[in-house]
Amino acid sequence: MNSTGRWTISGIRDALQTKKVSSREIYSEFIARIEKQNPQWNAYLTLSPERGLAQADRVDRAIARGEPLPPLAGVPVAIKDVISTKGVRTTCSSKILEHYVPPYDATAVERLEKAGALFLGKTNCDEFAMGGSNENSAYGPVKNPVAPDRVPGGSSGGSAAAVAADLAVVALGTDTGGSIRQPGSYCGIPALMPTYGRVSRYGLVAFASSLDKIGPFATNVSDAATVLSVIAGHDSNDSTSAALPVPDYSLAIGKSVEGLRIGVPEDYFGEGIDAEVKEKVESAIALLEKLGCRRIRLRMPHTDFATAAYYIIATAEASSNLARFDGVRYGLRVPAGTLGEMYRKTRGKGFGPEVKRRIMLGTYALSSGYYDAYYLRAQKVRSLIAGDFSDAFQKVDAIITPTAPTPAFKLGEKSNDPLQMYLADIYTVTGSLAGVPGISVPCGETRAGLPVGMQIFGKHFDEAGVLQIARAFERATGDAD
Amino acid sequence: MKISREDVLRVAELAHLELTPAEVDTYQAQLDQILGYVDKLKEVDVAKVEPMSQVLFKSAGSQDAHPELREDVVHPCTMAEAILAQAPDAAKPFFRVPRVIER
Repeated sequence: MNSTGRWTISGIRDALQTKKVSSREIYSEFIARIEKQNPQWNAYLTLSPERGLAQADRVDRAIARGEPLPPLAGVPVAIKDVISTKGVRTTCSSKILEHYVPPYDATAVERLEKAGALFLGKTNCDEFAMGGSNENSAYGPVKNPVAPDRVPGGSSGGSAAAVAADLAVVALGTDTGGSIRQPGSYCGIPALMPTYGRVSRYGLVAFASSLDKIGPFATNVSDAATVLSVIAGHDSNDSTSAALPVPDYSLAIGKSVEGLRIGVPEDYFGEGIDAEVKEKVESAIALLEKLGCRRIRLRMPHTDFATAAYYIIATAEASSNLARFDGVRYGLRVPAGTLGEMYRKTRGKGFGPEVKRRIMLGTYALSSGYYDAYYLRAQKVRSLIAGDFSDAFQKVDAIITPTAPTPAFKLGEKSNDPLQMYLADIYTVTGSLAGVPGISVPCGETRAGLPVGMQIFGKHFDEAGVLQIARAFERATGDAD
Repeated sequence: MKISREDVLRVAELAHLELTPAEVDTYQAQLDQILGYVDKLKEVDVAKVEPMSQVLFKSAGSQDAHPELREDVVHPCTMAEAILAQAPDAAKPFFRVPRVIER
């Protein structure tokens, strides 16, 4: 445990090696706490005690035999419910998959298991990862453990809340337009979106295939780095996964940040930003300067167009990906006389309002007569946004921005206004479109006690650089080991 | 309004979605609002810009992350039973659906 009494990856490792505790005991402690506290937060949809206890016993037997421990030995993890887990129900927070049990594991899940992790269960999220507040779940919203009348962010709200509420040591989330970083920011924990292609998407239920990434939540940057080292790397089951060596991120994060050039784009501090968020991120940047980073002013002129481009591209891809839910091969089927009627009724009943809205928007943007005006134009603007990033990275090593324009908002505050909800993503969708890695790290609280996140973007495949700055900042603020 | 009721019904048909009359009204208003916002893309000069149609990036050291296609080798799939077991209506080895062809 660390100074706050929470388990960390290294704390668990030490306790297991010195035989102060067994994996089974750690696992049971978490399951007991989840059973007691989850009704309050609604972070978990399904628990997997059978699989988790079997994993714990395997780790305990390895310890008894004196075998070397794998990197996540005995670490209780939570997994977002859009990531396939063999034998454990995977609903995507949708009614259409209410009873779906995957016949295989996602690659990231398989790698966690091989590394000794213990699966606690599947976390609540916005339906099919579509949303920024977790209010689009068919199984009820998650509440923010820092402020129960507020959203935890989304779409990976359950994963963020589980870690923040001490109901998991680390968690996997997915990020398409901000769905890891924004809930990390709202719940006050580090949350990492890797480069597109760094982590295999095999077994991740697809939302927008050119944007989807799997990444970790943790209570400290070092734990996030350890999880990334485990899940990253090429996978023959995902042709978009990169065949690049995976560095040991836990070594990279110890390095000094002296002399690093950090770019601060003024486009991220303009209209719409909350004054306290701006102030916290500004003082975080000043602290990085004190640590030896060189601040460089940037312009990223296409930032303001990113949300519009994102919501065309992401919904177009979603409309195509979600065509597979038709009542034929898995999930809900509403019986009907003809095949077409069965499709329409199944999808009409099985999907929730936001998923239907996005399918409609994406179908419209791809439909005959509108393709050039919307989809093609959005793809061109995406090139320009990616160009803003590559131009910036000629001059700087990393880019620092706020993660979100405001702290966590109240439950229900934006749920009837989809456009306002989409605009909560303005600072995260840029990096998503460019495919670069980004992390959100806590950088203080507002006067009302709500966490604020600082976002650090790096070059493609430079997660090490992003984590290094995040870790240096975390050490300097002194709120983690 | 950019989006008519007929547009909504046409898109729902293309997307195989059954909508209630209330949903049609809601989506008409909301799609109209969202597409109104998206119209800001028209302010960008994209005349000489190529669309970003692939996302296979290089690393900073310009190492190629996607050097070659994999070998075309057959791998056995042993999940057929498990997959069919998830189907709402399976008649091994098929998925059963309502009649498609009229006699």
